[in-house]
Amino acid sequence: MADPMHQFQIQKIVELPTVTVFGQAIDLSITNSVAAMLLAATLVVVFYAAASAKMAVIPGRLQTVGEMLYGLVDGLADSIMGHEGKKFLPFVFTLFIFVLFMNLQGMFLVFTATSQLAVTLTLGLLVILTVVAVGVIKNGFKFFKLFAPSGVPWPLYFLLVPIEILSFLIRPVTLALRLFGNMLGGHVVLKIFAGFVIALGGLGLVGILGAVVALGSVVALTALEFMVAFLQAFVFAVLACVYLNDVVHLDSH
Amino acid sequence: MDASAAKYIGAGLAMLGMIGAGIGLGVMFGNYFQGALRNPTAAAQERPMLFLGMALTEALGIFALVVAILILNG
Repeated sequence: MADPMHQFQIQKIVELPTVTVFGQAIDLSITNSVAAMLLAATLVVVFYAAASAKMAVIPGRLQTVGEMLYGLVDGLADSIMGHEGKKFLPFVFTLFIFVLFMNLQGMFLVFTATSQLAVTLTLGLLVILTVVAVGVIKNGFKFFKLFAPSGVPWPLYFLLVPIEILSFLIRPVTLALRLFGNMLGGHVVLKIFAGFVIALGGLGLVGILGAVVALGSVVALTALEFMVAFLQAFVFAVLACVYLNDVVHLDSH
Repeated sequence: MDASAAKYIGAGLAMLGMIGAGIGLGVMFGNYFQGALRNPTAAAQERPMLFLGMALTEALGIFALVVAILILNG
């Protein structure tokens, strides 16, 4: 059976020179991961350019899809952050649509950018650094109240503050690992079941029966993967909203 | 026993953590549907919280996967 992990290997497409920034060597080569991200970003721009090209009160098909995705994130930010959500909508929507297009593109092409831990961890760190920046700018020194919830007897703080700090620091890690794990797991399962079809198909009549079952599972799993691709992008946006809400509405914490 | 065999067994055992995530997801979605079918008008506004809970529960299962991958490749 072919190696199911082969699809996640990084390959260089265009060789570019290595530059050194602050003593760190950075390879600027365009790998398949970079190409996938560039393609996803281009597709987002092309899609929304096409969707908003002929704007009408009664939307066409493309415009409806574009408005649906926008409305989804808009409603989400509004329901979690309230009135303040409007300010962070561009950030959350960009995250959502970028992750969504990377996930979906992985379902059609060979490489999924979000199955690389480096990509998802960058997105996770981006979210948490934004949360810290917004928290400090908005609340100043009171930002640290995030780690000391009000309404508990003071001796509990010795236990509670370390736990809160730890749970804050683990957030980017879980954000990154969730997306990475879901994409990695899903695509490995797809490839393994596809391998079953070929391996069982060569085993005669009984094998072909098994291969048909395996093929049916591949079809069902592909449908499931499309749902997971959407759901994980949505969950990423939900969690970004929830973490932002923590610092935006610090008083009600 | 061969060291690589122990590695595979260890990775398989690490994946047992998925049991907890599976039970948790089942309990959560079950309870959500119980509530949603009793009061369908309130179901839509609780859906973000459902996905939030799903994400947090699932993260624990993903940790098991990561540990298994670390054991396999470490």
